[in-house]
Amino acid sequence: MREQQHLLEVSNLNGWYGESHVLHGMTFNVGAGEIVTLLGRNGAGKTTTLRAIMGVVRKRRGAITYKGSDIISLPQHKVPWLGIGYVPEERGIFATLNVLENLMLPPVTQSGGMGIDDIYQLFPNLRGRDQTPGTRLSGGEQQMLAIARILRTGADFILLDEPTEGLAPVIVEEIAASLQVLKQRGLTIVLVEQNLRFAASIADRHYVVEQGVVVDEIANEVLPASMDRLNSYLGV
Amino acid sequence: MTEIFGVPFAVLLGQLLLGLINGSFYALLSLGLAIIFGMLNVINFAHGAFYMLGGFAALVAFNTLGIGYWPSLIVAPLAVGLIGVVVEKLLLRHLYKMDHLYSLLLTFGVALMLEGLFRHLFGSAGKPYPLPEALSGGINLGFMFLPAYRAWVIVASLGVCLVTWYAIERTRLGAYLRAATENPSLVQAFGINVPVMLTLTYAFCVGLAGFAGALAAPLYQVSPGMGSNLIIIVFAVVVIGGMGSIIGAVVTGLSLGLIEGLTKVFVPSASAIAVFLVMVAVLLLRPSGLFGRER
Repeated sequence: MREQQHLLEVSNLNGWYGESHVLHGMTFNVGAGEIVTLLGRNGAGKTTTLRAIMGVVRKRRGAITYKGSDIISLPQHKVPWLGIGYVPEERGIFATLNVLENLMLPPVTQSGGMGIDDIYQLFPNLRGRDQTPGTRLSGGEQQMLAIARILRTGADFILLDEPTEGLAPVIVEEIAASLQVLKQRGLTIVLVEQNLRFAASIADRHYVVEQGVVVDEIANEVLPASMDRLNSYLGV
Repeated sequence: MTEIFGVPFAVLLGQLLLGLINGSFYALLSLGLAIIFGMLNVINFAHGAFYMLGGFAALVAFNTLGIGYWPSLIVAPLAVGLIGVVVEKLLLRHLYKMDHLYSLLLTFGVALMLEGLFRHLFGSAGKPYPLPEALSGGINLGFMFLPAYRAWVIVASLGVCLVTWYAIERTRLGAYLRAATENPSLVQAFGINVPVMLTLTYAFCVGLAGFAGALAAPLYQVSPGMGSNLIIIVFAVVVIGGMGSIIGAVVTGLSLGLIEGLTKVFVPSASAIAVFLVMVAVLLLRPSGLFGRER
C-alpha cells in the first residue's frame, strides 16, 4: 500500500438516484499512477460511484477529495477542469456527431493531452474515419473513440466504466494494450469491470463492491491466490 | 403576356414572391422553434409573442428613442433575447424534467400575458412603421416589379437561417449543442456548463423571432396580434419539417410559403388551409416529418 498522499480519496460516500439509496458508505483511495478497479456484480453501485465522483449523481453525502481538496461541493461542470476524465458505460458516442466531432468535443482542460497523431497511433482503427457518424463505428471502435477523446483533453485521472463490455476478445486485448500505454505515460485510472481476466491483466489493486459498500481490497499480486474469495463475491 | 393554366405569368410570379416572403418568416420562426424543441425539449408557444415583441421593440425604439431601422435590427433581437433569458431562468428551467405539456402551457400563458399587456398599452390596431429610405424603391425585372424591401426580407432571412445552420452543423459550439441535445449530462461531465448553454440557446432563438418581428415591421403593421396569427402556421411548418430538424424547418418554411402562394393563384378559397392539408398528408405518410428522425 502506498502511504503517501492519495490522488483520490473517497470516504463514507452515500449516493441516491431520486429516492433510491444506492451507495451506502463507499470508502477507497487511488494513488497517483495506479490502475485501480472496482469489481462487483451488476447493481452493486460501481457505475454510480463513478457518476458520483463526476457529479452526474447529484444527491451525495460523504467526502470525495481530489489532490487534497473537496470536489463534492463543486458544480458538475467544474470537475473535469481538475483533469478528471470520464469514459461512461455505453461509451456515450454521439450519433449526431461524426467521428472527428466526437473526438474534438470535450474541451482541453489541461496541457499535456495527446495530439491527434498520438491518438491515431494508439488506436489505428480511428484513422481516416473522420466523417463517419459516431455510432456507425463498431462497438470496439466506439470504445476506442470514447477513450481517445478523453486522452485529448489532457485529463490525467480517468474514470473508465466497463470498457470491455460486449467486445470480442481480440478487441479486449487491444484495449488492454492501450491502457498499458496510458499507464506508462503516468495516467491514473479507476476502472469498473466485470471481466476479471482483463482487470487482472492491467490493474494494481482491486476493490470489491457489494450493495454500495467496499467489502474487500485485493492487491493484483495476490489475485490468483484469492480467486475463491473473489468468486464467492461475484457469484461466478 | 404568356399564361399558365389561364393565369397570367406576372400574377403567378407576384404570388410566388409573396409566398417566398411569407416563407422567409416561416423559416426564421420555425428555425428557432425547431432548435428550442431539439435542445430544450420545450414547445415554445411564446414564439409568436416574441416575434410581436421584436416588432414593438423596433417601433418603440423608432418613436421614442429615435433609433432607426438598421440599428433596430440589432437592438430588437437583443432586447427580445434578454427577455428570453429572464423567461428561461425564472420559469422554463424548472419544467425541463416534466412532461412537454407543462412548458407548452407555461409558454402559452406567457404569450397570452404579453399579448394582453401590449393590447393594453398600444391598443389592438396595427401601427405603421416607415419603410427605410434605402429600400423604398424597387427593381423592374422586366416581367414584374420587385419592391426592394421585399427582396431584402428574403435575402436577410435566408442569410440568417444559413448562418444559424452553419453555426450549428459546422462549428464547435454547434457540436456542443447537438451533443447536449443527445446526452446533456455527459456533455456536462466533459466540463461544459450546459444550463448556461441552454439559456443562451433559448435567448438566441427568441432573438431570431425578435429579428423577424423587426424585419416584418415595415412590411406589415405592428400589432399585438401579429404573432398569434402566424404561430399556428409556423407550428405546422415545424411538424411537417420534423420536430427538431433545423434544415427541415428552413426548407419546409420556404416551400410552404411557396405552396401557399400557388394555392392563392389556383384555388384561392383553399389558401388558408393549404399548409394544414400538407401537414395531414405528411403526418400520414411520414409521421416523424419530412426531415425528422424516428425516435
